[in-house]
Amino acid sequence: MSETTLSPAAVAEPAAGAAGTGRKPAPRRAVRATPLGERFVAAFLFACGALSIFTTLGILGVLGYETAAFFSEVSIVDFLGDTEWTPLFAEKRFGIWALVSGTVLTSLIAMAVALPFGLLSAVYLSELAPSRARRILKPLMELLAGVPTIVYGFFALTVVTPLLQAVIPDLAGFNALGAGIVMGVMIIPMIASLSEDAIHAVPRALREAAWGLGASSLSTIFGVVLPAARSGIAAATTLAISRAIGETMIVAIAAGQQPRFTFDPRVPVETMTAYIVQISMGDVPTGTLEFRTIFAVGAALFLLTFVMNVFAQRLARKYRRLG
Amino acid sequence: MNAPEATGRFEADEVDAWFGTKQVLRKVNLLIPERRITAVIGPSGCGKSTFIRCLNRMHELVPGARITGRIRLDGENIYAPEVDPVLLRRRVGMVFQKPNPFPTMSIRDNVLSGLRLTGALDRSRAEAIAEQALRGAALWDEVKDRLGEPGIGLSGGQQQRLCIARTLAVSPEVVLMDEPCSALDPIATARIEDLLSELKARYTIVIVTHNMQQAARVSDRTAFFLTGELIEVAETDTLFTSPTDRRTEDYITGKFG
Repeated sequence: MSETTLSPAAVAEPAAGAAGTGRKPAPRRAVRATPLGERFVAAFLFACGALSIFTTLGILGVLGYETAAFFSEVSIVDFLGDTEWTPLFAEKRFGIWALVSGTVLTSLIAMAVALPFGLLSAVYLSELAPSRARRILKPLMELLAGVPTIVYGFFALTVVTPLLQAVIPDLAGFNALGAGIVMGVMIIPMIASLSEDAIHAVPRALREAAWGLGASSLSTIFGVVLPAARSGIAAATTLAISRAIGETMIVAIAAGQQPRFTFDPRVPVETMTAYIVQISMGDVPTGTLEFRTIFAVGAALFLLTFVMNVFAQRLARKYRRLG
Repeated sequence: MNAPEATGRFEADEVDAWFGTKQVLRKVNLLIPERRITAVIGPSGCGKSTFIRCLNRMHELVPGARITGRIRLDGENIYAPEVDPVLLRRRVGMVFQKPNPFPTMSIRDNVLSGLRLTGALDRSRAEAIAEQALRGAALWDEVKDRLGEPGIGLSGGQQQRLCIARTLAVSPEVVLMDEPCSALDPIATARIEDLLSELKARYTIVIVTHNMQQAARVSDRTAFFLTGELIEVAETDTLFTSPTDRRTEDYITGKFG
């Protein structure tokens, strides 16, 4: 293979020789003359990449088609203007905000748990833990991310909620609080691991600069290292929020399945994902308006995470530019 | 905090230093007089950077690194158990080989960072302190109209002077410089060398350098290190014109290094 592949240098040499004898330099086409085997590999690799793109396009196509069918029967004004979501009732209402509020509420609770704990774990692992503790703790924590979410869901329902009820007596058996907290615990390793990578990547020179100025190790961490790692931390946070918004099993099991427009963490709510599970597992016939609601909800969910990601990318780019 | 006699005079006494099991300094005895520029020269790996990092207790921050012996600053042993290295480093500032301004901070915030990180910033005096430190580092005229812009937007030489300003803002007695010009072009280097002669009126300066011409140009005294030992220390003129040790002579005449 290596004999038949012409490197640019190998091509340039005879060309230079030709120029010396007064003839025109040879055209560079020889560089592109790749053997059949390489062309096949290139095509195969392209197909691998294209597969995921076409899958995404396919999903978008179905989502778009079904959503359009849904909106031919339900006004978008009702969809965005109502706060009641009762598509299975005799008197149907299609106010998406009842589901959006459930998603936003549980995600906010999850982030309120995951962000401080994840970030502080990352600081500990990267800056303070002795290297042996770090070698043991980091994989252990990442193991937490491997627990199936259904286990987390039942943990929220049967352990965390009863414990919380001891403190908050009027907490419902299904509630946003327990589900949100457990979802946060699930996300801690993700934030901790990604933030730890970002903190670890901060050059030692910056730490030394701060130490050399007489900063303590804590003020070095919080005044210099964390700000320098902020684009990585922002990226970790974004991924975590997307994960929280998309999380399905925990909220389907522990948060209840009652769509309501509320930000009260004590009562049952239903998230967008939990609603999709409820309908797709229930006995609603396909092709009906009731069934199409899940595509409309899915499209809204997609839009939500899409906006999040665009926002986060801009944020990360802005930080990268600054530092 | 500083006693009236606190002027930044260092005395190193039988200093040994290690990285793990590798000994990098052997029985170093060196007097660094106050308010003068002492250059530390020697080939790579001779321990000169390690030596100045012992002077602000930065050496011990490297995992596995340790040091024995005594180093006195104005007569007080900085390795005594009751000495807090964090407080020591406010008296003994350091400028590094590669300019390392804080990337998330503006020029002004970089200058004030030492005071801010140590909780010692008097807000009402912040602007005055920043201006004074930037003037001290001969950077004020170049940046006075853009103090809010990021510090890393400056040129390499300006960044290094920003790092010097950051060090001066904490009002140290001593400024350690670890090859401060090795990443800079000749013009930027000349500016920093000019600055050094101004600074020595108020600070004790210890500068590590690879560049013997630089040592000859800027320093009052020069110490020559080789494989962890202090070979010779003398007034700079004396050391470069009539060294007493054969190895010093070989090094400064370019026979090795």
